[in-house]
Amino acid sequence: METIVMEHIRLPKVENVRLIDTVTSRRASVGTLYLTATHTIFVENETEILTETWVLHSLVFSVEKQASTTTGCPLLVRCKNFQVLQFVIPQERDCHDVHVSLLHLSRPEHYEELYCFSYNANSDREDRRKAWDFINLKAEYSRMGLPNHLWKLTPANHHYKVSDTYPADLYVPKSATPPVIMGSSKFRSRGRFPTLSYYYKENHVTICRSSQPLSGFSARCLEDEQMLEAIVRSNPRSDFMYVVDTRPKLNAMANRAAGKGYENEDNYSNIKFHFVGIENIHVMRNSLQKMLEVSEAHFPSMSYFLEGLESSGWLKHIKAVVDAGVFITKAIAEEGISVLVHCSDGWDRTAQVCSVASVLLDPYYRTLKGLMVLIERDWVSFGHKFSHRNNHLNGDPKEVSPVIDQFLECVWQLSEQFPCAFEYNERFLITIHHHVYSCQYGNFIGNNQKERTELGLQEKTHSLWTYLWKNRTDYINPLYRPDHSQTQGVLRPLTAPYCFKFWGALYNRFDRGIHPRQSVMEYLMAIREETQQLEEQLASHEMDRRAEDVEAIWASPPSNSSVGLANTPGDYSGLGGFLKSPYQQKEPENSLLILPWPQELRKPTDPDLSTNGDDQESGIAGLSCLSPPNEESAKDPDSDETAYSAA
Amino acid sequence: MEFSEHIKTANVEDVVLRRPFYQPTKGTLCVTGHHLIFSNRGGDSARPFLLLLRNIDAIEKSVENLPSVSSGTITLKCKDLCVLQLDIPGMEECLNIASSIESLSSLETVSEMYPFFYRPPFLSLQDQWGLSSTEQHYAQMKEIHDGWRVSQVNRDYSVSPSYPPAVIVPHSIDDETLVKAARFRQGGRFPVLCYYHRETGTVIMRSSQPLSGANRKRCREDELLLQAVIDGSELGYIIDTRSSQQAQQARMTGGGFESKSCYRGWKRLHRQLEKGKVLQESLIKLVEACGDQSHSVDRWLSKLENSKWLSHVQTALSTAGLVAECVERDGHSVLVHGSEGTDTSLLVSSLAQLILDPDSRTLAGFLGLLEREWVQAGHPFQQRCAHSAYSHVRLRHEAPVFVLLLDCVWQLARQFPLAMGFSEPLLLRLAKEVYASDYGTFLCNSDQERCVTGVKERTHCLFQSLLRANERQHYSNPLYERTELAIWPSIQPPSLQWTCAFSPIQWPFDMC
Repeated sequence: METIVMEHIRLPKVENVRLIDTVTSRRASVGTLYLTATHTIFVENETEILTETWVLHSLVFSVEKQASTTTGCPLLVRCKNFQVLQFVIPQERDCHDVHVSLLHLSRPEHYEELYCFSYNANSDREDRRKAWDFINLKAEYSRMGLPNHLWKLTPANHHYKVSDTYPADLYVPKSATPPVIMGSSKFRSRGRFPTLSYYYKENHVTICRSSQPLSGFSARCLEDEQMLEAIVRSNPRSDFMYVVDTRPKLNAMANRAAGKGYENEDNYSNIKFHFVGIENIHVMRNSLQKMLEVSEAHFPSMSYFLEGLESSGWLKHIKAVVDAGVFITKAIAEEGISVLVHCSDGWDRTAQVCSVASVLLDPYYRTLKGLMVLIERDWVSFGHKFSHRNNHLNGDPKEVSPVIDQFLECVWQLSEQFPCAFEYNERFLITIHHHVYSCQYGNFIGNNQKERTELGLQEKTHSLWTYLWKNRTDYINPLYRPDHSQTQGVLRPLTAPYCFKFWGALYNRFDRGIHPRQSVMEYLMAIREETQQLEEQLASHEMDRRAEDVEAIWASPPSNSSVGLANTPGDYSGLGGFLKSPYQQKEPENSLLILPWPQELRKPTDPDLSTNGDDQESGIAGLSCLSPPNEESAKDPDSDETAYSAA
Repeated sequence: MEFSEHIKTANVEDVVLRRPFYQPTKGTLCVTGHHLIFSNRGGDSARPFLLLLRNIDAIEKSVENLPSVSSGTITLKCKDLCVLQLDIPGMEECLNIASSIESLSSLETVSEMYPFFYRPPFLSLQDQWGLSSTEQHYAQMKEIHDGWRVSQVNRDYSVSPSYPPAVIVPHSIDDETLVKAARFRQGGRFPVLCYYHRETGTVIMRSSQPLSGANRKRCREDELLLQAVIDGSELGYIIDTRSSQQAQQARMTGGGFESKSCYRGWKRLHRQLEKGKVLQESLIKLVEACGDQSHSVDRWLSKLENSKWLSHVQTALSTAGLVAECVERDGHSVLVHGSEGTDTSLLVSSLAQLILDPDSRTLAGFLGLLEREWVQAGHPFQQRCAHSAYSHVRLRHEAPVFVLLLDCVWQLARQFPLAMGFSEPLLLRLAKEVYASDYGTFLCNSDQERCVTGVKERTHCLFQSLLRANERQHYSNPLYERTELAIWPSIQPPSLQWTCAFSPIQWPFDMC
């Protein structure tokens, strides 16, 4: 496989390449660009400390060759983790070669070419295999209390014979017989019959999920009706259930013409039908694109930003998903009524809504391990098409959509409202987002369980979850208070529009200038780490004393043993997609308290990108960025403005 | 005058109070000279609900008078943006209560306001009013004693009615020169020192506009005064908080700007900051957008944009950043002024100090800054905060400049969560107090008025109260870690966050 990849590399090394700082556009560093089988690496020349920028090929979203200028040929690389790199390559021919190579490298044709199959391939097979057992869905269902007297595990989908996009193990009401399951699955898109997603132990109410029924304008299916009836009956305290169609009503109606559609309340006794109006994957893809254009703009005006954010519709879509989650949560926890959720195929919007509701309902999903389990259950096992949606292979661009991205953002929005209710921090969500795209771990490769089994991912690749768990100190929210009243039980978020914010830490992840200059999270984590170290030292000190007393040999633990687990910025950025050389990873001790340079107050006015332009006068003139150089000032011979800007 | 004249019905039983985040409760409503008091008859331990009538911005009433039912509903929209509803049995009682509220909440006589009656056990009227005086402030800054002095030229408020009796000016400028320079500045607000930067030895000054007028009048003394500020250095900056066009137009009405030829060494830069009506309307639109019940994100963002509030925040922070950069990075002194020198100049100079000066970022330091730069410096609080976002009264001098300052400080604290010694609840508390308060701090428009009406003798000072041990604890930032460095805010739109503090149901809570 390596050789196939190597064939794509037309030019392994280009010298005198300039990497432009896209944020300020003022500075550029000169260095050498290397293309390897897995990464693009830029090594800066002439710096005291070796600075490297690594970009994983699987994270490359687009490569764009721009018109040549006198200084060279610009190549714009946009990444799926929202990093944007602009190289200027001296020779047009070299730029062309790099462009073509990167296009091939970033769009592999076969799963086997993905990074996860070569990443750390020589580690012990048995260890790797065992690591996959860390997240176990059987254990998750039994945590929920299943199987029990109301719900049973059905073997119907073993060998994926009923639905090739469903997991093998599924839970159905005890009264659902094999013929009912078979009949119902034939009446649902892709055979995705109603099955259990979440069981709310407190009052035996469930969230079920499925795909749309093939009802067309009038078709009925007795078994499907019986299936829903069985779900209603499995909740002894209510005589009806909600069916939540997460699509806009118009879309659902349009589907009827294609022989699909939604449940007719007249045919299903005891259901209440409800549309929640989340838009489809194409709308979401375009919305993200528009929002990114806004977030990438250099020094936009406030109006441009707000108008752009609004017209992208992004926050409206996020709110729609949270609203749907809140609706289901109310039904389950307050009304005690079971809910069946579906959209068209039941693997995008359905996954979003079911998992947001789970996070709202159950504190477990607000823990590190709980979120892993939830993603494994509602997304991975239920056949969210990760490889299609996240563009892992060279495929249909219309299949790409930020569906799980939106789920992660919903969780972030909730964690902003309930800062003490989540065990994990923002970095955890961003890291998951990163690896959904990176293809470094096997978890999200393929589109369903069947494909993953056939690819032998558990034998050939590593699991992200064990990696995250090993490094969990980096991902713990220092404000988490498991004993807090807010943390326990159901979350009831406010959903007024102003409660939804722009997630700069993700979408402007590499634009550090806009981030808050001090991070409460990092500060508290550093304090916690320091406390831990002191406690360990104290403990080891006491142990030493005791050891001396009894003359036993107690090796005091090396003082840096805890440092190994400690949070250093390098661990975070060193995950493979983007990293700087280790020499740079350790930032100065007091970096938490410092911001070095008021650059964003400055305007990129300096046309000569290679100079630092550090004269202070232009810096001050740069503050005019909000009100473009006053035209009136020309009319005012007295004003210093004109002369000053020219200086 | 007796308050009782305005009170036709003092007590009503079985009134239902509805307010956000609370269950509706039934109880007794009582109107007094300064308060609405609602007590729950259940006799539970809950304290009665107390609302300052002064806090009420707008009142809406609807009554029903049928043979079977006679009742009414009063909706109270408060200046702190809270919205309450009272269901009152009996139409007549309802109308009486409403009219009492209307007349009592709009009383204008300062000496009849509640701070003159508020006597908490933990404060004494014998104490010094306020945290510090100009003289005390000066005494603490030993490093400026060579170049600067305290002038008492305004001791009887005759030079500038809106200035405090003592101000800090260059040592070499005598009082006679100050008097003449003051005549050349609107409202007599000649350039005075507000901040001295130790590392560079440069200063931030503020003033009002020079009265150069259409004929480009000059004033030798004013020029001398500014010359003395940059004595020995070749350059100073004048940051004019108006556009250069506005500054030009101001000449037609007797105002103007410092011309280059007359003020050698001073470079003038224009940054347009909105104030007055534009700012008030911005707040009204913002609050309207937050209160919109339609709950669509789309309309919210366009309404937010349309209010321009965040643009005002951005401009204020960037202008303050410019001032701070001139002082800290360029090592040049700055004079800030707009026209009157009582609004945007104060906004910019206090934000610049927060950026530069670690002492102003402690709880006591911040309150001291507000006292110096807003209360003593003569921000006309009474005029600016007569009404807030709900009032239907025709606007006169209202403008939420101080609220804009608080939002800007909130943005700074959000970007530097460890650098401020105070916390968000303090900002929310100040935003409430500035409109309606038990304390006299925000009464009147100037130091002179406060002396005349006896505010300093007969009311208590909010800032002193906030520095009492238990209050101090409540308003301190637990993460505070002093940094000596300047805190340069990002003014990029994604760095500036809308806050739910402007929503009617969010005001008392800091969840976002």
